[in-house]
Amino acid sequence: MKAFLAKPTVQKIVAALLSIFFGLIFGFLILLVASLLREKASYPFDAFYTIFTGGLRYTGLRGFGIILRFISPILLTGLSVGFAFKTGLFNIGASGQFVAGGFTAAYIAIKWTFIPLEYLWIVALLGAVLVGGIVGMISGLLKAYRNVNEVISSIMLNYIAMITVSNLISVIKDANNPSRTQPPLARIPTLGLDKIFGSNTADMGIFIAIAVALLIYVVLEKTTFGYELKACGYNRNAARYAGINDRLGITLSMTIAGALSGLGGALVYISAITKVFDSLLVLAPEGFDGISVALLGMSNPLGIIFSASFIAILKGAGPSLARSGFNDEVVKIMTAVIIYASAFSLIFREKLGALINRKGTKS
Amino acid sequence: MIDVIELRNITKIFPGIIANDDITLKVRQGEIHALLGENGAGKSTLMSVLFGLYRPEKGSIFINGQEAHIANPNDANRYGIGMVHQHFKLVHNFTVLENVVLGVETVHNGVLSMAEARKKVVELSKRYNLFVEPDHLISDISVGMQQRVEILKMLYRENNILIFDEPTAVLTPQEIDELMKIMKELISEGKTILFITHKLNEIKAVADRVSILRKGRLIDTVDVATTSKESLSEMMVGRKVMLEVEKKLAEPKEVILEVKNMSIKSKHHGKNAVHNVSFKVRRGEILCIAGIEGNGQTDLVYGLTGLSKLSSGEIHYKSVNLADKSIRYRSISGIAHIPEDRHKHGLVLDYNLAENLILQTYFTPKFQNKGFLDFKKIYTNADQVIQKYDIRSGNGSRSITRSMSGGNQQKAIVGRELETNPDLLIAVQPTRGLDVGAIEYIHKTLIDQRDQGKAVILVSLELNEVMSVSDRILVMYEGEIVGQADPAKISQQELGLYMSGSKREEVIE
Repeated sequence: MKAFLAKPTVQKIVAALLSIFFGLIFGFLILLVASLLREKASYPFDAFYTIFTGGLRYTGLRGFGIILRFISPILLTGLSVGFAFKTGLFNIGASGQFVAGGFTAAYIAIKWTFIPLEYLWIVALLGAVLVGGIVGMISGLLKAYRNVNEVISSIMLNYIAMITVSNLISVIKDANNPSRTQPPLARIPTLGLDKIFGSNTADMGIFIAIAVALLIYVVLEKTTFGYELKACGYNRNAARYAGINDRLGITLSMTIAGALSGLGGALVYISAITKVFDSLLVLAPEGFDGISVALLGMSNPLGIIFSASFIAILKGAGPSLARSGFNDEVVKIMTAVIIYASAFSLIFREKLGALINRKGTKS
Repeated sequence: MIDVIELRNITKIFPGIIANDDITLKVRQGEIHALLGENGAGKSTLMSVLFGLYRPEKGSIFINGQEAHIANPNDANRYGIGMVHQHFKLVHNFTVLENVVLGVETVHNGVLSMAEARKKVVELSKRYNLFVEPDHLISDISVGMQQRVEILKMLYRENNILIFDEPTAVLTPQEIDELMKIMKELISEGKTILFITHKLNEIKAVADRVSILRKGRLIDTVDVATTSKESLSEMMVGRKVMLEVEKKLAEPKEVILEVKNMSIKSKHHGKNAVHNVSFKVRRGEILCIAGIEGNGQTDLVYGLTGLSKLSSGEIHYKSVNLADKSIRYRSISGIAHIPEDRHKHGLVLDYNLAENLILQTYFTPKFQNKGFLDFKKIYTNADQVIQKYDIRSGNGSRSITRSMSGGNQQKAIVGRELETNPDLLIAVQPTRGLDVGAIEYIHKTLIDQRDQGKAVILVSLELNEVMSVSDRILVMYEGEIVGQADPAKISQQELGLYMSGSKREEVIE
């Protein structure tokens, strides 16, 4: 038992679970306090149960499909941030890369009629990967050749991407209904998921996202390429000393991070529901959710699959909270507390380690 | 005599290691008491306990016969204990004066009053012959001067028990001599000094008594005057150690490396860091590049290994001109490099030991297949290297290198580089910060390499090392080679003249 608990991976997982636990407790306290302060009837225990089950008691199978749909974009932006982090870079630009990728996918799926319809969605996804990658690459190149901090350049690129896309939306506007964009000709296949969960829910995107997560895990942990990228990230000078092209490494890391977010955007904008580009004057929240997901998942691609699912469950519960007399902001607070707690997870891990060691020496 | 400090039965445990195991140590008023031990013997830990940085699991501390509870450095300061850390704790964009008063500023009505402090600092500096300028910025003064500022900080706080943690590791030979003088000065003014080191010469030069630690235990406390260096090193390492380097005469063979008119631009100023340097290295010899730190040796090595671009010149190695070849090309063609800065270049500190041991070879068929790392082989390799080079760490091949001691990190680098079976080994300060046992081992390895017909370039600041290990010496001064010498024929004094630029000759091969 002690040896099991002493393993770093086990400690990491326990620390992450503790963060979640604290987040949930805190959220529950807020529910309690809120219900005491309000005159309107509200049911905190009921609400907590709703959150914990992702609202499925009300939404049922269809709700499950919606949760699956929530997972894929934040799983990919989470991977984007996590991948960059594993290679020593902090990608705050997931939001911009996400929007750039999403727009590219939508544009291709609407305009590139010269491509056979059955392949169009694949081309759209690839286009999103490419454009997201280019946005990420800009930060990478600046870091590699001019030593510009990637945090700053990627934050700024968020706005550049967002406003550029806002200005380009007119290209894909519906002539008959100017408030909307044209519907994409091709969408991501549903693989029959729509029949199971009802329409407008999950599609193949969730499988793509999970497959990409596994791929990233293999690349990072098992390949020489991942070894090189991590070496560049952890210690650029040592990587150079070892004959690794550090500039190429940093550029590629940011490019891949951007490509992942770009793919995430595509999974939303040509999905079964197809989110609409209206006025894009808010940074895409999926990008920032990515930071939370990566933190909670400890930047490990496998961990990120779970953390993305967990946060998607919380999000899924949001709309159902009204039935217990609360609004869905409670979920956002809980998520925020969990992220806070997971930022402290290092402390949890240390305490945990000390606790185990103390027990070990006593016995 | 009075025991000014008494540490009783101190035990300090870190996860996986007992750093101090039931240590009892008595220090007399007014003595220089040295703490001798290998890397990881627990010297620094013990002093950190005394200084309040660590809380021991067991044991107690007595200062002047009274039990003292030292929970943090402020408590230590109240008991008159001060410490000069190995890595100085100075604010670089503050002046000397500001650094000295930091934390104990004199304040009048909420306003800093520096005049009094300045008077005291100037006075102290004069009294102890420290020659410190109160208004210089820390970033502008030499490492030796920075150390004096640390000493001044302790004096300003009127500390009577002064702990020096490996104070000479960062100093030049001249600065070391001066530090020794200062330490004696301090003793004559009634201070007590605890002096952590693993250099026997320094103990012989200044210390009155020495306590030897090995693997967390106190071996003995002895008088320096009546104990030989040999027996000190034996107590420290636990076996007999050869202090003199034993080697056969070199048998130089064909030239393997020829540098012609190499120049490299400096990153700091407009001039050349390496200026028009030419030399040859043969198989079967150890060529030593001597010089005072910062005279272009670092840049010369960067040029040879490819870390810096040459601004002009050629590097002929096995009949190829390396000048425009990549770092990877040079490493594959048999040049190994033990870098000067093990944290900057030598290791990826967040990788584990096994991953660091393949830093130069991860892409070879030995460790990968179609782009996938073969972890089974990587860990087998690590276990072999760990065994062969006696690399000690908490979790074996899976230890994160950041958590390893400096000496073991260095052994890991040396092991990794030698395992590539190089034809030319470039070793920069390979024994910096190592203990006698490890130094002996590395010197032996360098000579082994030579005897196997490899060429070795050794860059060193330690005159002892230069004189005892090398077969031929080139002296660098301000980026140029100013002299060539045979270590058997030149005295340390004469070498010093070349190193300080007071003497030079054309070196023609």
